[in-house]
Amino acid sequence: MIKFLAKRIASSVLVLIVVTFLLYVLTDLAIDPLQELRTSTSPNKEADMAARTQQLHLDVPSPLRYLWWLGGVGGCFIGRCNLGSSWKTHQTVLDMLPGAVGTSLKLVFAATIVAILIGVVVGLISALRQYTTFDYVITFVTFLMYSLPVFWVAVLLKQYGSISFNNYLQHPRPNWPLIIVISIAAGLFWMGAMAGSLRRRLINLAAATVITFAALTYVFTSGWLQHPGLGLVGSLVIALGAAVLVTHLSTGLNNRRSLYAALTTAVVMGGAVYYGMQWFYHFYNPTVWLIALLTILAIAVGVGIGLAFGGPDKWQSARTAGIVALIAGVVIFIDQAMQYWAKYSKMSQISGRPIRTIGAGEPGLEGNFWIHTVDNYTHLILPSIALILISFATYTRYTRGSMLEVMNQDYIRTARAKGLSERTVIMRHAMRNALLPLAAVVPVDLMTIIGGAVMTETVFGWSGMGKMFADGLHQADIDPIMAYILIVGILSILANVVADFVYGILDPRIRVTA
Amino acid sequence: MSAPLQDPSVSEGALPDTSGSIEGRETAGMSQGQIVLRKFLRHQGAMISLVLLIIVIVFSFTAVGMGPIPGWWKYNFYNSSDVMNGGAPTWHLSNPFSLGEHPFGQDDIGRDNFARVLKGVQVSILMMLIMGATLLVVGVVVGALAGYYRGWVDNALMRVTDGFIMLPTIVVGAILGVLAGHLANPPLLAFVLGLILWPTLARLVRGDFLSLREREFVDSARVAGASDFRIMFKHMLPNAMGVVIVNTTLMMSQAIVLETALSFLGFGVHAPDVSLGQLINEYQGSFATRPWLFWWPGLFIIIVALAVNFIGDGLRDAFDPRQRKIPSARKMARADRLLASSANLAGPFTPGGTGDGSTRGERRRSIDDERKDGQ
Repeated sequence: MIKFLAKRIASSVLVLIVVTFLLYVLTDLAIDPLQELRTSTSPNKEADMAARTQQLHLDVPSPLRYLWWLGGVGGCFIGRCNLGSSWKTHQTVLDMLPGAVGTSLKLVFAATIVAILIGVVVGLISALRQYTTFDYVITFVTFLMYSLPVFWVAVLLKQYGSISFNNYLQHPRPNWPLIIVISIAAGLFWMGAMAGSLRRRLINLAAATVITFAALTYVFTSGWLQHPGLGLVGSLVIALGAAVLVTHLSTGLNNRRSLYAALTTAVVMGGAVYYGMQWFYHFYNPTVWLIALLTILAIAVGVGIGLAFGGPDKWQSARTAGIVALIAGVVIFIDQAMQYWAKYSKMSQISGRPIRTIGAGEPGLEGNFWIHTVDNYTHLILPSIALILISFATYTRYTRGSMLEVMNQDYIRTARAKGLSERTVIMRHAMRNALLPLAAVVPVDLMTIIGGAVMTETVFGWSGMGKMFADGLHQADIDPIMAYILIVGILSILANVVADFVYGILDPRIRVTA
Repeated sequence: MSAPLQDPSVSEGALPDTSGSIEGRETAGMSQGQIVLRKFLRHQGAMISLVLLIIVIVFSFTAVGMGPIPGWWKYNFYNSSDVMNGGAPTWHLSNPFSLGEHPFGQDDIGRDNFARVLKGVQVSILMMLIMGATLLVVGVVVGALAGYYRGWVDNALMRVTDGFIMLPTIVVGAILGVLAGHLANPPLLAFVLGLILWPTLARLVRGDFLSLREREFVDSARVAGASDFRIMFKHMLPNAMGVVIVNTTLMMSQAIVLETALSFLGFGVHAPDVSLGQLINEYQGSFATRPWLFWWPGLFIIIVALAVNFIGDGLRDAFDPRQRKIPSARKMARADRLLASSANLAGPFTPGGTGDGSTRGERRRSIDDERKDGQ
C-alpha cells in the first residue's frame, strides 16, 4: 500500500510539473500586462512599456521564466519560498495566500459538511423509496441542481435571501402565500419520505403541513426573527426529540437501556447544562478553542452517562448518548449566538440589514466572540446555500446509486431472512456499506468544489483563492494565477491519494499491487 | 462496464430458452439497436426533453437567423430601437398567443431582449454541440488507442489524461478562454474548450477496450487480416457505443454550464457576441430595475441543460440491459387485485405470496449505474 501510494505521488508530481509548465506558457500567451499601456496616450508611452517589460522580464522567453518560477517553488523545500509577487498590488504571493486559503476553506468546509449530511439522508430515503413519486421528484430536483448556473442562483439569492429578507426584518409583514406553499411542500415531502398505507401517508401529510404552518406562523408573526432564541424549553424539547430519534436510528427504541441513557443525557444537557452555560457565557467571553474543548467535554458527558447505564451493550448506549450530547451542545451554542442576533442587527455597520451579500466578514466590527460568530454566519449563509445546492445533488445521486446496489446484494436478503428488523438491515447492514464509496468521492469532490468556488467567490465578493485566480487573469498578473494552479494541483494529488488510502483501508476487497 | 451484449436474455432474445420470459417475448427478433431505440422512445422524461430541446433549437435558429440567412423575427440582437414602456416585456402568461412588440422586453439602450436571448440560446447550443463533437472525437481516439495498445502507449496517454483531470475544468477553461478570446470567435472557443472535457470519456472507453480486446471476435478479425485501425473502429467501437453516447450526452450538459460560467466571468464569449452566460453577466446589475433581462437567459440555460441531462439519463437506461420498465405501485396493486379475483374464481388461493414479496424483488433488480458511468 505504502509503495503503491508513493509511486502514485511520484508520478502525479511529475504530471503536475508538466501541467504547470504548459499552463505557465499558455497563461503567458493569454495575458498581456502591457495592454493598458498600448492604448495609453501619454507621451512617455514607449519608456513606460520598456520599464514594465524590464520589471516583468517580458523579454525573456516564457519557458525560461517558468524555470525561475519553478526554482522559487523548489525553494519552499529548503525554507526559502518564493512564489513571486503581484505586480499590480506589489504584494508577494506568499503574503496573499494565507488569507485567501483560509477564506476559501471556511466557505467550502461549512458548505460541504451540510451538503453531505442532507445529500446522504435524501439519497438514502430516495433509494429506499425507489420508483415512487418521491423518488422521481428527488431525481428531477437533482437533475435541476446539476443544470443550475450557480452565478444565476447567486443573484437570486442576493435578491430574495438578503434584500427582501432584510426588508422584511425592518417592516415585518408575513408573506402568507409563501408560508402556505412552504407548509404544503413540507407536508408532501414528509408524506413521500415516510412510506406506509394511504391512511398513514395522509396523516403524515396533514401533520407535517400543520406543524410547519404553525411553526412558520409563530416565527413570522411573533417577532421571533428580530429576537430569536430557543430558551430552556426549546432546548429541552429539541434535546429530547434528538434523543428519541437518535435512539430509534442507532439502537432501536426497544433497547430500553439505550433509550433511557439518551433521555437522561438530553435532560442533563438540554436542561441543567443549558442553564449553567447561560451564566458561564455571561461572565466569560469564550474563544474557538474553549468551544472545541467544551464540545469534547459534552460528548464525554454523554458517553459517560451511556456507560453508567451499563448492561451488555453499554458501548452502544454510550455512542447514542454521545451523539445526543453533541446535538444538545450544538443547540446551546446556536441559542447563545441567537441571543446576540438583535444586538448584532442594531450595530451601526449593520443597521438592521443582518444578511450580508458581499465579503467574508464586516471590516472593523467590534464586539465579543458571539458578535463575530454571528457576523461570520450572516456572511456565510448565502454563498453556502449556493454551494450546497450544487454539491447536494452529487451526493444524493451517489448515495442513491450505491444504496440501490447494496440493497440488491445477497447478504441483505440473508439479513432479512434471518428475521432482523428493517431498521437493523438498513442502518447496520446496508447503509454502512453504501456509504463506503463516499469515502473515495468526498476528498476528490472537496477539491473540485475548492476549484469551482471561483464562481461563488467572485459573485459574493469573497477574497478567497478563486477570486485571486480570477482577478489575476483579468489583470494580467501571472504569479497569483500560478500560485492558485499550484495549490489546486497539490490539493488534487492529496485528495486522490487520501481517497485511495481511505478506500483501501475501509474496503477489504481492494488489494493494491504496486 | 460494457453495458450492451452482457445480458444474454436481451442480446439473444430470439433464442427459445428465453422466449418464455416477458422480455424475451418482447424483444424477439429485434437487433440490439432496435431494442435500445425502443427503450429510449419509451422513456417519458427523455422524450419530453428531446421534444422540448428540438423546439428550443428550431425556435432559436429560425427566429434570429443564422449568418447571412435572416430569421422571421423583426428585430436583431445588436440594433437598438426606441425604449417602449420602460422596456417592459409585452408577452404575458395571461395571453400567451400574443407576442407583442418586445416579448421579453428591452434593455436600457432599447435592444430587443427576445432577439438577444434567442441569439444567445443559438450560440450556446452551437458551442455545446461543438464541444460535444470535439470531446467525442478526442476521447474516443485517446481511449481506444490506450485500451487497444496497452503498454507504454496506454501509460503515456493516461498520464496526459491525469494532467487534464488534475485541475478543475473551469480553471483551465478560463485560461484557454482568455487565450481564444483574442480571436473573438465562439465556435473556435468551443472547440478549444472541448479539448479539455474529454478525459472522463477517454477513461471509460479505455476500460471498455481493455475488456473487449480479449474477446474472440477481435481475434477472428485479426486472423482475417484486418488492420489495427479497422479492428478498433469497425469492430470494437460499435460494442463500446453505449458508454460513448451516454457519456458524451452527459458531458454536453456540463459543457453548456461551463460555457455559460466562463462567459459570465468574462473569460468566454465577449460582447458584441452574445451567449446566455454573457447576457447574464451583462445584465446582472439590472435585476432590480429590469428583472426580465436577467430571468430569461437563466431560464433557457436551465431548460437546455436539464433537457440534455434527461436525454442522457434516458440513453443510459436504454443501453442498460438490466434496466426495464417498472410499473408504478398502483398498477402493481391493480394487477395483484386482478390476479386475486381470478384466483378466487379458480379456487382457494392467497394473493399475499405474489403480492409484496415478488414485486419487491422485481423492483429491486434494476440498478442505478450512476457511479459507474462517471456522473
